[in-house]
Amino acid sequence: MTRLLASNAVLVGLVITALGAILIPVAIRRGRRDWLMLGYAAVYTNFVLITVATLALVWGLVSHDFSISYVAQVGSRATPLLYTIISLWGALEGSIVFWAWVLGMYAAAVVWFNRKREGNLVPYAAFTLLLVALFFHILLIGPANPFLLVAQVLPDGPGPNPLLQNHILMAVHPPLLYLGYVGMTVPFAFAMGAMFSGEVASDDWMRLTRRWTLSAWGFLTAAIIAGMWWSYEVLGWGGYWAWDPVENASFIPWLTCTAYLHSAMVQERRGMLKLWNLNLMVGTFVLTMLGTFLTRSGIISSVHAFTQGTIGFYFLTFIAIVLLATLAMVAGNSDKLGSTGKLDAAFSRETVFLLNNLFLTVFMFTVLIGTLFPLVAELVRGVKVSVGEPFFNRMTLPLMVALLFLLGVGPALPWKRAPGPELKAKLLPGVILGILGGAAGLLAGARSPYAILAFTFVGFSGAVNIGEFVSGANARVRAHGEAWLVALSRLVSGNRRRYGGYTAHLGIVLVALGVTASGTFKTEREATLKPGETITLAGHTVRLKEVWGREEKQRQVIGATMEVMDGERVIGTVEPRMNYYPTSQQPVPTPQVRSSLTGDLYLNLMAFKQDGSNATVKVIWEPFVSWIWFGGFVICIGSIIGILPARKRSGVAASAPASVRKAAAALPERQP
Amino acid sequence: MTVTKKRKWGALAAVGVLAIAFAWLIYGGLDSNVVYFLTPKELAAKGEKGYDVPVRLGGQVKPGSVKWDDKTLDLQFRVTDGASEIAVRSKGAPPQMFKDGMGVVVEGRYGRDGVFQSTSLMVKHSNEYKAPAKGERPAEMYKSLMKGSGA
Repeated sequence: MTRLLASNAVLVGLVITALGAILIPVAIRRGRRDWLMLGYAAVYTNFVLITVATLALVWGLVSHDFSISYVAQVGSRATPLLYTIISLWGALEGSIVFWAWVLGMYAAAVVWFNRKREGNLVPYAAFTLLLVALFFHILLIGPANPFLLVAQVLPDGPGPNPLLQNHILMAVHPPLLYLGYVGMTVPFAFAMGAMFSGEVASDDWMRLTRRWTLSAWGFLTAAIIAGMWWSYEVLGWGGYWAWDPVENASFIPWLTCTAYLHSAMVQERRGMLKLWNLNLMVGTFVLTMLGTFLTRSGIISSVHAFTQGTIGFYFLTFIAIVLLATLAMVAGNSDKLGSTGKLDAAFSRETVFLLNNLFLTVFMFTVLIGTLFPLVAELVRGVKVSVGEPFFNRMTLPLMVALLFLLGVGPALPWKRAPGPELKAKLLPGVILGILGGAAGLLAGARSPYAILAFTFVGFSGAVNIGEFVSGANARVRAHGEAWLVALSRLVSGNRRRYGGYTAHLGIVLVALGVTASGTFKTEREATLKPGETITLAGHTVRLKEVWGREEKQRQVIGATMEVMDGERVIGTVEPRMNYYPTSQQPVPTPQVRSSLTGDLYLNLMAFKQDGSNATVKVIWEPFVSWIWFGGFVICIGSIIGILPARKRSGVAASAPASVRKAAAALPERQP
Repeated sequence: MTVTKKRKWGALAAVGVLAIAFAWLIYGGLDSNVVYFLTPKELAAKGEKGYDVPVRLGGQVKPGSVKWDDKTLDLQFRVTDGASEIAVRSKGAPPQMFKDGMGVVVEGRYGRDGVFQSTSLMVKHSNEYKAPAKGERPAEMYKSLMKGSGA
């Protein structure tokens, strides 16, 4: 019953999506507004239908309806309810359903909010969204159909992949990633809409999607950080980033989108980079599709690759079509894409944005080439190779350090003109804190030039970005006589885009600090301990209390109780475990972390004697790791600040006395 | 040529120079940092060129070859592909349930002493559902550790 409802919803959704995609261009050509509304109705209807299909699949999972092929594949009666629900994205078919749902939601929302706009931009954007949705519907009735009928219904199933049901972050990372990845479809659709409708000369496609792009970027950032966290908490190696293809797949579009967020401002303020911005957004979308192809096609073996099916072929075809279509569109519009402004001063904010874009683009190509090279090598030369961390570190560390530096320079420079004498005052705190940061790193024992530079620029860029808040708030205190915190909050809410950006900068600085410190000063030791024996690392002593086993509903657990010591006193216990799931011969390592502001004590159970007489444990001390997660949080706050609607200024200004209004008018020009 | 046209060519030339420099850097980076995935037979066939370069060695753990000293954390075993075999040495505990005949990928360097020094050891395991044989369920294997049912 559930199965029939769901698969019919997908089928009807496919037909309606296709009809809508045919109807909209016809409506535009004939100038029929009523037909166009019918086309928009297809977008909304598709959302309703795909919601029905998604809910039906979740219901199938929850009610253990093993006649549905997807449920038979990932369901199990022993799995806890939460993990049963989130196994919606625990395998290929379900993840495509979820993808289509997120896309349907975005499409319906963005079309609804812009339905009244005149002109052909929005209709063509809706048309593009329907075409993308059509592709995912084709996947759902073809290679990724979760609603097949199981011939022989079994009473129980194997449950989700053990790695995917071992940690709560599995409920967090995938939805965030989808919201980010799929969210890029919205600005892409508007970029296509601008090209189809010939509205490329105006910035409307960017203005209308600014909040959408920013939220997609925020979600993608959060997803990448959550993925790092998952890897750290689950995989047991004490790291969070290994330049693994699946990590790169999420990071590559992030780089182009980050470049876009900056270059979009150059276009809006200075009328430059129009062609470049279209390419960046189209590129970001294509890179999300490529990332999905890499992770989902099974071409790279990982926990993300579920099957070795034909789905890769569908993705490659789709990517090829998108590339050809966009190339043709960009070429057809190139005469309208000339700059209306020009670079006036060599040392202005525009220049920093151009450098930012150059470095981010080079960064993107580096990661992309490093990720694709093994595939190409195998295809062309028939050799199996891997491109590991040394390549990525050597190539990208200079770029990261340079970007970290620019992140502090940009906010200090004015638009359109060379900086005046105020620059010195803006940079001075940064220079001081930068020197202090570099010295602190050096004193703490950092010897790699990149690490020392990174510590320096963390100090520099952190101080400059904080300085922007401080000097802005001070100016308001002087002009309006407000309390400092009131001034700060009004400053931010008066120009959310700008200060949201600086907040995100500060988040990046925190992430950079965490990454540099934990990468530079990480130490680890492994030892076999008998109960009562201790191991000491970087001044931290832990004692093995006992090795124990426990039977849980869906798994069996072997754990080691470790006591964290302060002299003779026990100040805490940590229980690294191994979880044995019935579907896997190998246990899933379940390290435990004792986190503090200065660093993490990371304990992983590596091996144990069958009778519990000893256990081999790995102890890792990683300074400042939690700053990475906190930095990610700050970046998200920054995007939220940037998304929220601007405070209405008129009310305040009108009620304020005339003298204040005059003072406010005398304040420097507001800059986004 | 007009000024704007000259500018255009200048910009194109700059982009070209940058692109070439970038390609050269990438080539250099890849050339010295690519890790080949080899079987013992392929590694042996490399001769001189197989020593002291980063390699991923894939094969099966030769039955009866595993030696693990939990005091010194010294792990030794041989990796075989049926045709050739290579001695591997690594530091650190083997993955739990590290067994004879299981598929492994070890990353490291092949030394001139004929021992492959591994820096990381990965186990290949299939995700296909296979019920554990009788007596192989952890609850049975580690019976003395079991505290009874927990949460």
